[in-house]
Amino acid sequence: MTVPRTPPGTAAFCLALLRRQLTLAARRPIEIGNPLLFFAMVVALFPLGLGPAPDQLAGFAPGILWIIALLSSLLTSDTVFRSDFEDGSLEQLLLAPQPLFMSVLAYICAHWLVTGLLLALVSPLFALMIKLPAAAIGALVASLLLGTAVLSLVGGIGAALTVGLKRGGMLISLLILPFYMPVLIFGSAAVQNATLGIPAAPYLAVLGALLCLAIALAPLAIAAGLRISVDA
Amino acid sequence: MWSFFHKLGSPPWLYRIAGTILRWLLPITLVALCVGMTWGLLYTAPDFRQGNSYRIIYIHVPAAVVALAGYYVMALAGAVSLIWKMKMADVAMKACAPIGAALTFIALVTGAIWGKPTWGTWWVWDARITSMLILLFLYLGVVALYEAYDNKEAAGKACAVLSLVGMVNIPIIYKSVDWWYSLHQPASIKFTGDSTIDPSMLYPLLLMIAAFYAVFTCCLLMNMRAEILEREARTNWVKKLALEYRT
Repeated sequence: MTVPRTPPGTAAFCLALLRRQLTLAARRPIEIGNPLLFFAMVVALFPLGLGPAPDQLAGFAPGILWIIALLSSLLTSDTVFRSDFEDGSLEQLLLAPQPLFMSVLAYICAHWLVTGLLLALVSPLFALMIKLPAAAIGALVASLLLGTAVLSLVGGIGAALTVGLKRGGMLISLLILPFYMPVLIFGSAAVQNATLGIPAAPYLAVLGALLCLAIALAPLAIAAGLRISVDA
Repeated sequence: MWSFFHKLGSPPWLYRIAGTILRWLLPITLVALCVGMTWGLLYTAPDFRQGNSYRIIYIHVPAAVVALAGYYVMALAGAVSLIWKMKMADVAMKACAPIGAALTFIALVTGAIWGKPTWGTWWVWDARITSMLILLFLYLGVVALYEAYDNKEAAGKACAVLSLVGMVNIPIIYKSVDWWYSLHQPASIKFTGDSTIDPSMLYPLLLMIAAFYAVFTCCLLMNMRAEILEREARTNWVKKLALEYRT
């Protein structure tokens, strides 16, 4: 005879989810490396396309780095819920007594840790390759840390809405890119300001505000999207 | 009041009432469009700086205003269908998207045509133009998402969530793009304080804005009627209607 077990509390449940997602990611180190490799390759494309003149590259560097970060976040967000949807564990998650808001947040947090955080930490290397002035590197890392978290949350909405579709890949970019634009504007403006020696703090503050808003609202939309996708 | 609300959920009732409204609204809309167009294009004084080219505002501004408002109509209809599970709100939301996209497109094209003689270029990366372009992408995203789902009920819900996310985001996108760069003139019509547009030019413009709202409503109702017929194609009342139509 089995003893009825009390379900774990929300915090313990979310931590377990987070650990599970991170373990799954760590089992496939190549997939963690892919976005970084993508970042490096696209960085290499720009000097080939724009010409190697350092001055010109330096002028475009803030925008280039931010656009690449945006694209690599976009390309990875498609996979956040995909495998769990296919093996049915997403359905279990929806049935679980713990609030979906928090468990969704755990998923997104795991996604950010293996993409956005790593990207932000590695970005100084790419910044040097593309001749971003050294003074702006601090602003670049800070803006990427805040901005990629927003990107992960917003991308999660697109992922949740398209997870049930066979051909979601292109669609998710159509749905999500418009919502990425404010992050791109403020993120690259912060780096741009830092290259000119103007304080980047106001733009970082706006990114922080966007992050707060996204944390408060995006999980609601993601949870609704997951319910729709699982029902369909 | 509540019975009215409940009747809204009934496809045959809504189909019939939309038909009745259209019978009145359609002629009024056409008259308003003709009067506004003739008034604005022929009987207003030319602008002292822009000459006659400014007259495109009688199409450009109404299209842009209604395109923005249309997104909110779509999002509200989506919210109603999500919260009260009203099928007809879902129909309204689906019907909004292509009309809104078309109006946004008209606003962008007329803006480009006006920009060539006035700013000397078809396209500038100005804040408000960029916002309208993003609005077009948002509309097209909703259309694309709806088409991607095979299960149309789920498609409606997913689009409702997407349009609500868009509704929260539109002010943010608008403000951030505004912050980014602005060349477009500030709004000339203000609800508080004096408008910076002469009354003789303002009245036809207001008439045109009203007419475009009516055009939007007409298109919405017609789209909704078509969508209702399509969804209810297997029901008896639609079959009876088709038989009546044939005889």
